[in-house]
Amino acid sequence: MQTTTAPEKIFVKGNEAVAMAAIEAGCRCYFGYPITPQSDIPEYLSREFPALGGEFIQAESEIGAINMLLGASATGARAMTSSSGPGISLKQEGISYMAGSELPGVIVDIMRAGPGLGGIDASQADYNQATRGGGHGGYRIIVLAPASVQEMYDLTMLAFDLSDIYRMPAMVLADSVIGQMKESVTPNPRPQVVLPPKEWVVRGRAAGEPQNVVKSLYLGDGEMEAFHWKMQARYQELADRECRWEEVQTGDADLIVTAFGSTSRIAKTAVAMAREAGMKVGLMRPITLFPFPKKAYAQLSERCKLFLDIELSTGQMIDDVRLSIARDADVAFYGRPPGAGSLPTPEELFEQIRKHYQARA
Amino acid sequence: MRYDVFFAGYGGQGVLLAGNLLSYAAIHEGKNVSFFPAYGVEKRGGAAMCTVVFADGDTGSPVVGNPSASVLLNQLSFDKYAAKVKQGGICIVNSSLVNSDGVDLPGVEVILVPMNQIALEMGDVRMVNMVACGAYIEKTGALKAASLEAALKKALPERNHRLIPANVKAMEAGAQATRA
Repeated sequence: MQTTTAPEKIFVKGNEAVAMAAIEAGCRCYFGYPITPQSDIPEYLSREFPALGGEFIQAESEIGAINMLLGASATGARAMTSSSGPGISLKQEGISYMAGSELPGVIVDIMRAGPGLGGIDASQADYNQATRGGGHGGYRIIVLAPASVQEMYDLTMLAFDLSDIYRMPAMVLADSVIGQMKESVTPNPRPQVVLPPKEWVVRGRAAGEPQNVVKSLYLGDGEMEAFHWKMQARYQELADRECRWEEVQTGDADLIVTAFGSTSRIAKTAVAMAREAGMKVGLMRPITLFPFPKKAYAQLSERCKLFLDIELSTGQMIDDVRLSIARDADVAFYGRPPGAGSLPTPEELFEQIRKHYQARA
Repeated sequence: MRYDVFFAGYGGQGVLLAGNLLSYAAIHEGKNVSFFPAYGVEKRGGAAMCTVVFADGDTGSPVVGNPSASVLLNQLSFDKYAAKVKQGGICIVNSSLVNSDGVDLPGVEVILVPMNQIALEMGDVRMVNMVACGAYIEKTGALKAASLEAALKKALPERNHRLIPANVKAMEAGAQATRA
């Protein structure tokens, strides 16, 4: 009997893993504009796409790039753009139009410190922008938060699939730690997922074929309202089916640390230190930030009444945690707003855990 | 087993290449690796540092506050980071450029290796990072010398493969210096 062996591990940056995964997922259209700390993504694709017959365009601006993504997606192509804070803000108009047009497409945000130009260091302060739909009109997009280079690879492929299945933009939300660090990665093959046929695409109509229209303008009586309720039902479907999270030693925990992305990695080691010191502490890490794994938090809070939310911001995800847990459970907070020198160490988080663990009721 | 090592020096000393090299060697031995770099906007002369964590299982945090091993290649990084080494850990110091007189690191084993001098004797001061890697694996036993040799083939571009034998010798000399 022949056994299949896992592909050999490679050693790449988080940003490179995103680009490699996009290629593996069949993406052959990339549009972007350089900005630190994500420029490795366009750099990689500009080098690899020509031999694959891909279309790489360094647009005149981020606004140009997101509208090229909209256009490519409307023809049915798997397409991606990437940027960081200032560029992602510029893209919000286009993301809103994509959401209004029910178009898939992958947007990668390698967060840097802000507001404004901010700085190039790690940040998680784009959480609200990403999970609330950063543009106008009231919409949501799928938001995935990788915590390792392996997940940069795997979740980028997942973003393409979810985006196609639910016909909405999907964002990979990482930061400069995950984007710039290198890790050993298994370059997994593209998952075999049955995708709905893209019957809605516009790419030239043969005689007798029905007309397809991709638009976000709804002027008819009740049309716009119906659209919103339809999308609301789709968001619910997403929440029911696609929530993903990781729990570490939550079973008997008296305090559950919760964090996403890079911070969760640091927190995981701090939780292990706390366990070694005899404290019953666990970790809850949401992998999908939208849909947020509310039910999982609710379930955990039935037994554990104290959470410690840790973010590289003054606190954004904490609102979702509060809305998810039981009324008699509490959330403490430890945040380091983004910027040079603000990345916490495991030792620092361990001290926070100890403080809250000892003070618990 | 989980190992973590912090490398620091100034840009141009090959701190990042050393971290990459240890990473490839760890992968060669079937381990999981996290390599977390930090450097100034300058190409040469600015501060350069990286943390490498490797383990059979989960690597955990790529950020380490108190490393179990630090390899410090210049005075600035010694002054800034030597005191952060974990109790029971080791601090390998490039004594060619670092004056550590009067610095007391209780609970930390300090190993002085004149890395620039050794690299110069081996033919090129730029091999200072290889001397450092050799000293690190000799002191910790974290990785096999043969794995580092294999790693050189992966970490260096093809055009520099002719330099591998000299680099291997520099690593051996670094290891030798810690035995003295």
